[in-house]
Amino acid sequence: MNGSESGFNPAFNIATIKQVVNEAIERVRMPTPTRLRDLIRQIRAARTAAEERSVVNKECAYIRSTFREEDSVWRCRNIAKLLYIHMLGYPAHFGQLECLKLIASPRFTDKRVGYLGAMLLLDERQDVHLLITNCLKNDLNSNTQFVVGLALCTLGAIASPEMARDLASEVERLIKSPNAYIKKKAALCAFRIIRRVPDLMEMFLPATRSLLTEKNHGVLITGVTLITEMCENSPDTLNHFKKIVPNLVRILKNLILAGYSPEHDVSGVSDPFLQVKILRLLRILGKNDAEASEAMNDILAQVATNTETSKNVGNTILYETVLSIMDIKSESSLRVLAINILGRFLLNNDKNIRYVALNTLLRTVYVDTSAVQRHRTTILECLKDPDVSIRRRAMELSFALVNSSNMVAMMRELLQFLERSEAEFKTACSSAIVLAAERHAPTDKCHLDTLFQVFLKAGNYLRDDTVSSTIQLISAASAERQAYAAMRLWTALERAAVNADATDKQPLVQVAAWTIGEYGDLLVSEASNAISMVDDEGVDDFTRPSEEYVIDIYQKLLWNTQLSITSKEYLLLSLAKLSTRFTTQPSQDKIRGIIDTFGSHIHIELQQRGVELSQLYRNYAHLRPALLERMPPMEAPASAAEESPAASPHHEPAAASPEQDALLDLIIGSDSLTNGDVEHKPAPTNNNTTNDILDLLSGLELNMSPPLSATSLVNNNAPAPTLVGDLLTDTAPQKPTLTVSALEANGVSVTLGVHKLTADCVQLTMRAAYCGHAALSDFLFQCAVPRTFQLDMMSPSGTVLAPQTEITQVLKITNPSRSPLRLRIRVSYNMDGAPVLEQAEVNNFPADLFN
Amino acid sequence: MMQFMLLFSRQGKLRLQKWYVAHPDKLKKKITRELITTVLARKPKMCSFLEWKDVKVVYKRYASLYFCCAMEQEDNELLTLELIHRYVELLDKYFGSVCELDIIFNFEKAYFILDELVLGGELQETSKKNVLKAIAAQDLLQEDETVDAALREVGLL
Repeated sequence: MNGSESGFNPAFNIATIKQVVNEAIERVRMPTPTRLRDLIRQIRAARTAAEERSVVNKECAYIRSTFREEDSVWRCRNIAKLLYIHMLGYPAHFGQLECLKLIASPRFTDKRVGYLGAMLLLDERQDVHLLITNCLKNDLNSNTQFVVGLALCTLGAIASPEMARDLASEVERLIKSPNAYIKKKAALCAFRIIRRVPDLMEMFLPATRSLLTEKNHGVLITGVTLITEMCENSPDTLNHFKKIVPNLVRILKNLILAGYSPEHDVSGVSDPFLQVKILRLLRILGKNDAEASEAMNDILAQVATNTETSKNVGNTILYETVLSIMDIKSESSLRVLAINILGRFLLNNDKNIRYVALNTLLRTVYVDTSAVQRHRTTILECLKDPDVSIRRRAMELSFALVNSSNMVAMMRELLQFLERSEAEFKTACSSAIVLAAERHAPTDKCHLDTLFQVFLKAGNYLRDDTVSSTIQLISAASAERQAYAAMRLWTALERAAVNADATDKQPLVQVAAWTIGEYGDLLVSEASNAISMVDDEGVDDFTRPSEEYVIDIYQKLLWNTQLSITSKEYLLLSLAKLSTRFTTQPSQDKIRGIIDTFGSHIHIELQQRGVELSQLYRNYAHLRPALLERMPPMEAPASAAEESPAASPHHEPAAASPEQDALLDLIIGSDSLTNGDVEHKPAPTNNNTTNDILDLLSGLELNMSPPLSATSLVNNNAPAPTLVGDLLTDTAPQKPTLTVSALEANGVSVTLGVHKLTADCVQLTMRAAYCGHAALSDFLFQCAVPRTFQLDMMSPSGTVLAPQTEITQVLKITNPSRSPLRLRIRVSYNMDGAPVLEQAEVNNFPADLFN
Repeated sequence: MMQFMLLFSRQGKLRLQKWYVAHPDKLKKKITRELITTVLARKPKMCSFLEWKDVKVVYKRYASLYFCCAMEQEDNELLTLELIHRYVELLDKYFGSVCELDIIFNFEKAYFILDELVLGGELQETSKKNVLKAIAAQDLLQEDETVDAALREVGLL
């Protein structure tokens, strides 16, 4: 309105009157738009989606038309309505430019709605950014703190890299503003700018440090947030800020010691938000820094013991404290305290607290396994929780806790879990069980039993390679175990065939078919009576089948239309093998009859197999017994787990499957048996296996190795150790290049086998041996490296060191700076009930280790 | 850092959305839809955390309204619950025992309050009093302008 310059004037001048009249006329011609409130009512009153759509479309059309007018008085109201429509999911991009017009208006109401619209309707990829950058620049210089606040808030939400560059200097100036309201917002804006464009960090450094000297909590918390981001951004800045540790400790101390302050109190805790932010920054500053850690030990202990835990807010702070204690180089007593807090969390009724406890234990389990072991029962209990989030965490944690001493009990729980868990868990869980069994099973019987249970319970969710690795295991076992396997698998196979659920357990069918094919004679012979089939529950459910019954079951399965082709291939081959294992004439005839029917099978692969096998009854009958002889024991393909008790649990043996397919080729002594999706070249010679290994390896890491020849691979164990080692991450089938003696005391000797992985990465295998008389318990090996190194410790093979045994643990050290390797090691254990602690420094590694 | 915050009703209707990461509109809608379905499908006794895609979703129901925050992996889940609670307290103080309808009809106010509590996905103010003071002062500024405009209209200014 132009009449404003006249101020209050009782004598209306002509111009003013004219304008008022004009506007009145204008308003009559163009009716007042619906109010926001009325529009919301109208939309809510709509009964159907179509009705709602029509209301919205009508309003949108109206809003568009008003946007076309240059100087609408209702722009603000229209944008507000548009924002509501946008929230309902309708397109509202046509309001973007109008938002900018509102922002440019001198009225605060317009700016407030305009900036809100800008945050909702624009995002980083809009072209209008150049326009908004100018608006923001103006408003960042405004005299009204709230206008500056709106601009900062918008910049924080939608800053694109270009905007960040253009406005960084303005923000830096505002951080230095004496006004706390502006200061805190500017600090968070700087945080966002650095996130977007890390290069811009330098310019904020000088202004940042003084933020911590403020009294205002808003400024403090935003300052801590900004510093945290800077420290995570670059190691140099991290070092630069090490000196603020005492300041942070002081702020935290004041918070917990100060009396009740109503302004920042949350159920009896003084400003938990600020406390948590400071604890997190302390964690970053104290990580791998003994001096800084030392400076914060006391305050962490104080927070951990003084925080009230009846409410969520207290637990929030404890949770953050535990994370910090575990991450920095804290005193051992403090670590015990932290683990105990987590133990209490695990028993808490609140599910949220239980969830964070499991989560945190999972993060610490590789640092301190024995401490976490104490809570094993509680963790296993969490496997039964109805909540997926908790169950997933509990499962991961349980697997991290499995070792050879608790394997049987843990497996029982985990197998139960596998059985009742949802499909999404089954694959991961079964793979983990297979791996754990491979690594920790005390006896091979126990190992086999666990595998059979997995086959039953995971069904088709099992990973393919488990079939081949199990077959390998059985083939390498003793004759008695082989008979045992055949009997167990027979029981399972028979049950699956009778209950007609074999299609859900195809991996089981495949393994059972292979095993029965190989050792069918042991299954049906009298000798099987000598083998105990009593299982853990004391039940013996095995009845020795007759030859004909076995063949009947095979027939039933082979004629099952639902069974996969792969399973049928296993079965058919197995049946052919049985023809040389079974002796009676009727069963021979029956087998021959079934095989002959496959000569006209609709599937080409099975048909070919049927024809080939039936030839063994006709023209080539003399070859049959020799061709179908029992397989020689297979060697473990780059035996993954046996050699590395400490391999990480996330790691799966990957090399097994193709070789097994090759072995299958050998069984039949002919070409191209498709198994799953792997096609093999026809080369029915003994080299087939090795060729396949060669193929497998050549795809992976050939650039690392000297040229491989097929002959060098015939002996499976010797060649290309680095290859296999790299392939399987943790294993080194090769002997370490050298062994360094690290510690020798009280009959305990600790040696480190050094094995170089890459130019700047070595793997150390710690072997602790003991030649005393009574076993040592709670054996714990700890190791520290200088700061330029990175150390990865796998979990140890055990914690009890019996005489004449060994504990092994794999360490991986990365040394980007290639400086000479030095280690400080600490070994603790209980000898005759008394704790013993030994320390040593190891620096007798060869100087050229990293060259 | 918070990636986004959603408020939605038990019927799955979106009541407020605040994004601190840049996504195209289409993706935002997809995320919103999927997340609402996932959260509503969870039983009341389950924990408030959900590992969902690459974010950690922290949610809590207050009466008929779900408050749902997507956080980054290293953020403190329990603190996020406190943050949600703080926001609810502020709405409650501002509207006087807030209900879903208040937020529907005054959604812009709900945004203004959130913008005084959180900036760029991080908490900016830990004092309830300060947040409410800032909001009241800005509301007053708006009112002054309205009175001012009305006075001008009748020519008294």
